[in-house]
Amino acid sequence: MDYPLLLGIFPQVLLDGLILGFMYALVALGYTMVYGVLEFINFAHSEIFVTGAFVGVEILLSLQHAGLLDRVSPVLVLLLILGAGMTVSGLLAVAVERIAYRPLRGAPRLIPLISAIGVSFFLQDLIRLVESVWRNAFNLVYPGLEPLNRRFELTATVDVSVKALVVIAASLLMLLALHLLVNKTRLGTAIRAVAEDQATASLMGINVDRMISITFLIGGAMGGAAGVLFGVQYSLINPYTGFTPGLKAFTAAVLGGIGNIPGAMTGGLVLGLLEAFAASYLSLLTGGAFGAEYKDIFAFSVLILILIFRPQGLLGEVVRGRA
Amino acid sequence: MHAVGVLALLAASGYAVSVFPHSILAFLLFQASILALYLAPMRRWLKVALAVLALGVLMPAIGTVNGYYLEVATQVGIFVALALGLNIVVGLAGLLDLGYVAFFAVGAYLWAIFGSPQANQIFGGGFPLAPGWFFVFLLVGLAVAALTGVLLGLPVLRLRGDYLAIVTLGFGEVVRVLANNLDKPINLTNGPKGITPISRPPLPFDPARLPGVSLGLLYSLYFYFLVLLVLFVVIAVNQRLADSHIGRAWEAIREDETAAQAMGVPLVRTKLLAFACGASFAGVIGVLFAAKQVFINPESFTFLESIGVLAMVILGGMGSIPGPALGATIVTVLNLQVLKGLSLWLNDLRNSGTIVFGYNLADLPTQLEPAKYERMVFGLILVLMMIFRPEGILPARRRRRVLVDD
Repeated sequence: MDYPLLLGIFPQVLLDGLILGFMYALVALGYTMVYGVLEFINFAHSEIFVTGAFVGVEILLSLQHAGLLDRVSPVLVLLLILGAGMTVSGLLAVAVERIAYRPLRGAPRLIPLISAIGVSFFLQDLIRLVESVWRNAFNLVYPGLEPLNRRFELTATVDVSVKALVVIAASLLMLLALHLLVNKTRLGTAIRAVAEDQATASLMGINVDRMISITFLIGGAMGGAAGVLFGVQYSLINPYTGFTPGLKAFTAAVLGGIGNIPGAMTGGLVLGLLEAFAASYLSLLTGGAFGAEYKDIFAFSVLILILIFRPQGLLGEVVRGRA
Repeated sequence: MHAVGVLALLAASGYAVSVFPHSILAFLLFQASILALYLAPMRRWLKVALAVLALGVLMPAIGTVNGYYLEVATQVGIFVALALGLNIVVGLAGLLDLGYVAFFAVGAYLWAIFGSPQANQIFGGGFPLAPGWFFVFLLVGLAVAALTGVLLGLPVLRLRGDYLAIVTLGFGEVVRVLANNLDKPINLTNGPKGITPISRPPLPFDPARLPGVSLGLLYSLYFYFLVLLVLFVVIAVNQRLADSHIGRAWEAIREDETAAQAMGVPLVRTKLLAFACGASFAGVIGVLFAAKQVFINPESFTFLESIGVLAMVILGGMGSIPGPALGATIVTVLNLQVLKGLSLWLNDLRNSGTIVFGYNLADLPTQLEPAKYERMVFGLILVLMMIFRPEGILPARRRRRVLVDD
């Protein structure tokens, strides 16, 4: 076994895992917030995430087409695509809730879940349809923003790109903002009240429907931001890109304890790191017999094991209803 | 009276297909007449006789005129059987299984590996098995798929409904990733390239005795009847199960777990049985599917397929038997004929270059292919059915609280 090699790549893998983990954390928040309030798995959240990525790429391509991409400050461009992605994804999430989930509120659990799966499939092909008509292509590549691709060499084997730092910084900022919003504002208190007990919250003068819409708006916006960052980081996107990251982000939410916001962040980071290490070390440790292709299986196995042995998750004390 | 009408409809549509062998409408009319046959009130023996006439004589006759329709009919049959298998799990027992196609894959890969030279990679030599083994493997597929179902079900069936859905989804993905990657360290599945040629079951007679008929058509007819036979067994088993005490226990669990448990229904064991039953159906059909296709690869066993089968069950009506059969027919025909037909039509428009309202049709985006929009169809079915008619087109007779609140 090549120990120096195993040790040498360690910092790089750690870094990759952190980037992946923050991305999962952002998406996982959407699942966990909705679950916290409605006890319902918003299966369509992965498409909300992809919509953000597509909004970002469309703006970048338009800027590029107009010849503006290199002349506007990259910070401004980045803020623009993040803002646009968050807005569109947030509004889409609200619309989806209004159309496909609200009429089913109070129905048995599996009914809204099936509806959500339907929305997810519908949105995938809707994005494909729109892009096919508009651009005659649906596999799109994020145009590179020059300063973002710059890399710093930390050691001989470890380097870090500007965009990786941007992804980490943006995620941290958003997670912090969300934490403050939920715990320190009146709006956050109202959302938590609705999550605790809808009927009582409504008696206290809280507009439950509005709080649910706002929950979807915030979760959707986080998902949209994650989509834009995903595009910036990995550049290749298509309408079906969201499925696997979506499923993993859900895994992260369950891992941390679903319904629990710090749990989603923790779960995302843990899963991102686990996956990065599995992807890099599995092949080295088994002499190439099992390669990085198995990283998806790894994530799903974590999900199955967690659900069997600790369904409340790592940090979860929130277990309501029948288990 | 009704019998005469249905017979006239059958004859007219059969005639229409023979006159216009490439008209989709004529074939759709034939399918509609079979539905009319099911719905028309008439004596049971008359219904059975007409069904035998339609499916046993008319359909093969249509198949000799246009082989593609026979292929469509066989596909429909396979999906009806799959939908009925999933119906046990989702419809009767109320367990949402999003990875159903994994069990189908288990059956298909079993026969694919042993019914082709693929197994030589593992055991050295002696494969493929003689085609006659196919019939043995129908049972092996059943047993192995049922065992897989039990092994998966044991740990996860204690979970609440929505978690169970996600875990089965994860399991489906695991099976697909395994099929994609188990070409090393031992080449078990040949990875994304898939396995071919897979042996077909031996014809029951010597094809030389029918010199005028091509071997391809003979095999198509043979598989059509095999599928019909399997379908018959599946429907009979489904019917018997639904009426048995096990079926009633499943429905009790679906309606109210706590009450069912209080009445002495062993929860985990009963759920496990539903899981294993559904899985074993999928296993058998998988073996048949592999033999019919001659070639399989992991692409046939994606999450999309699982949701497709779920959409069939939900469209038709969970828990009923004619429901999922109708749902499977509609969805398969929609995918194989209507969407493909739209694609061809759009292509013709593109090639014609006609100008409509100042827009040259040759400029239609080439990426716009209706045949690729299965997901949109499945999605719309699921959402619209849940909002407007959760009990499906042909709902089960027994009232269902899971779907309709008091």
